[in-house]
Amino acid sequence: MLLLKGQDKGKAGDKGAVEGTATWALADRIGLAICWALGLLFCAIAVAIVVYLLVQGIKFLRPEMLWTPAAAGFSEGETGGFSDALFGTLIVAVMGIALALPAGVAIAVWLVEYGRPAGLARITEMTIEAIAGIPSIVLALFGTVIFSSTALGFLSRSSEGVVFGRSFFAASAMLSLVALPLIVASTREGLNSIPRHVREASYAVGKTKAATTRRILLPTCRPQVTTGAMLGLGRIIGDTAIIVVLLGATQNFAPVEGVGFPLNYLRGAGTTLTNFVYEASPTGNLNQPQKAYAAAFVLLLMVLALNAAVDVVHRRARKVGTWSH
Amino acid sequence: MEPLISPPPIRRLRLEDPEPATEVIAPAHSNGNGHAPQQSGFTAAKRSIKAPQFSIRRMEIDEVSVHYGAKEAVKRVSLPVRQGEVLSLIGPSGCGKTTLLRSLNRLTELTSTATLTGRIHLDDVDITEIEPTLLRRRVTMVFQQPNPFPMSVFDNIAYVLREQGSRRARKKSLEPKVHSALDRAGLFEEVKDNLDHPALKLSGGQQQRLCIARALAAEPEVLLLDEPCSALDPKSTQVIEDLIVKLRDDVAVVIVTHNLQQAYRIADHVAFMYLGDLVEYNSATALFGSPREQRTQEYVSGAFG
Repeated sequence: MLLLKGQDKGKAGDKGAVEGTATWALADRIGLAICWALGLLFCAIAVAIVVYLLVQGIKFLRPEMLWTPAAAGFSEGETGGFSDALFGTLIVAVMGIALALPAGVAIAVWLVEYGRPAGLARITEMTIEAIAGIPSIVLALFGTVIFSSTALGFLSRSSEGVVFGRSFFAASAMLSLVALPLIVASTREGLNSIPRHVREASYAVGKTKAATTRRILLPTCRPQVTTGAMLGLGRIIGDTAIIVVLLGATQNFAPVEGVGFPLNYLRGAGTTLTNFVYEASPTGNLNQPQKAYAAAFVLLLMVLALNAAVDVVHRRARKVGTWSH
Repeated sequence: MEPLISPPPIRRLRLEDPEPATEVIAPAHSNGNGHAPQQSGFTAAKRSIKAPQFSIRRMEIDEVSVHYGAKEAVKRVSLPVRQGEVLSLIGPSGCGKTTLLRSLNRLTELTSTATLTGRIHLDDVDITEIEPTLLRRRVTMVFQQPNPFPMSVFDNIAYVLREQGSRRARKKSLEPKVHSALDRAGLFEEVKDNLDHPALKLSGGQQQRLCIARALAAEPEVLLLDEPCSALDPKSTQVIEDLIVKLRDDVAVVIVTHNLQQAYRIADHVAFMYLGDLVEYNSATALFGSPREQRTQEYVSGAFG
């Protein structure tokens, strides 16, 4: 039936000439059917997840959960919402991307536009790939070593020379490493897609490499940079391991006493939505699945919003046009 | 299973008939004035341009060789470049004409494997002694593919006028210069109401003229054109050819072209290169009408390409 669909389209001629499959070998037709089936299967899985969470979310999400912090209590009514977790997610997202975006773009520009000496460029490339491959729990463990050192005591809670090593600073720094490879890869792809003659056109009117990069190359690959940033944000928002190990995974903000706002919060421990979902799920300490669904729904909305943003940026870029290759 | 569909019928073209071939080589527009010499090939075509009013020697290419690694792309070429004239470099693919053109504003230096020996002078100053960005403002270049920057028509020109990466020099103060650059490229009338539109949405011919306007905005002394019409339709090509001829009094023009008719139509002097060697350099009428070298004769008559 699926095979017939393609032929009907061809006859209708609505999308130009579509090749019919009637003359194909049997193996090719089976292959095409498998492609269709798998494509539809994954669509179905994605739709199922979204619809299920949508239904559960609407059922269990109460608006006041968004501005009520979690509290200890004996019944669902007493335990409050997850405002601290929501703000925690926003804080690590902003701080993580603020570190990863400039660094990632800078690394990509250096790799594509400069990349000398070649040996150093290759080492940089391998390093980025290695970071991309490291599980975030390993990054988290490494982070505890770094941020518990006395020299970095100003980034977290410390008393009598003992550094706690868990704070929004520590978690964001390590989370930025999770986002970094995605931003580097995406920006590199954008820079590589600009034809060489476009760069040369800028050099050929006496512009330096720096001016060309700033005014021509980076604005041109803004869609890819944005895509990388959004993918990176998605990873930061979705990460749990680093939050558990490096943010303390407390139920509420735990600001450091005797430090001014906002440093008291940023140096203190906290939590995020992913951690809240874990804790509220039946395996976690809180075991209140309804709130887990509500928080997961909010998390899903954030990720869907990021995807929509990527779409908007790409659509806007298409209006500007591109070169014929 | 369905039977195999029969292959489409083969349409055999009669290759032994010489007629279509001559038609292709013949000039696109044979003028009705009647006093065109009845020669074979395109030298019968109308040469619409007048002889140059004057010519001043601006650049001097002296025994220049360019190597890409071990491969010698340009072999000891010497040529003058004059203002008031159009110089055309012709030759089959890979003969080094683009490399020679790129060496005139030191763009070859961007290729890490390229090494240049010999001397190139701009107004008697060795170009290796001129800072590259300054040289490239005096010797600007237009490329084969139209490559406006992905910004508005206005900003494409304004980018050239501003200092390096700066945004300084406000839009208002740049307006006269932007307009005059567009005007010199014959584009102003077409785009004057759409200066804020994205440049990449212009037609191919307009894009290429914008690139010429961009190259002219730097107020260069020499304009290099690397097959500027190869991606364009005949109508746009003609517009750009007329433009190039008009520009030759203000800037020295060097154009690389694959299109022999084009070289004949617009060039005052032609240099024929083959496998890195400069085979023949002469005035356009002489080189196409009565070539001295056997190789040139074969190339301009279409024996190889």
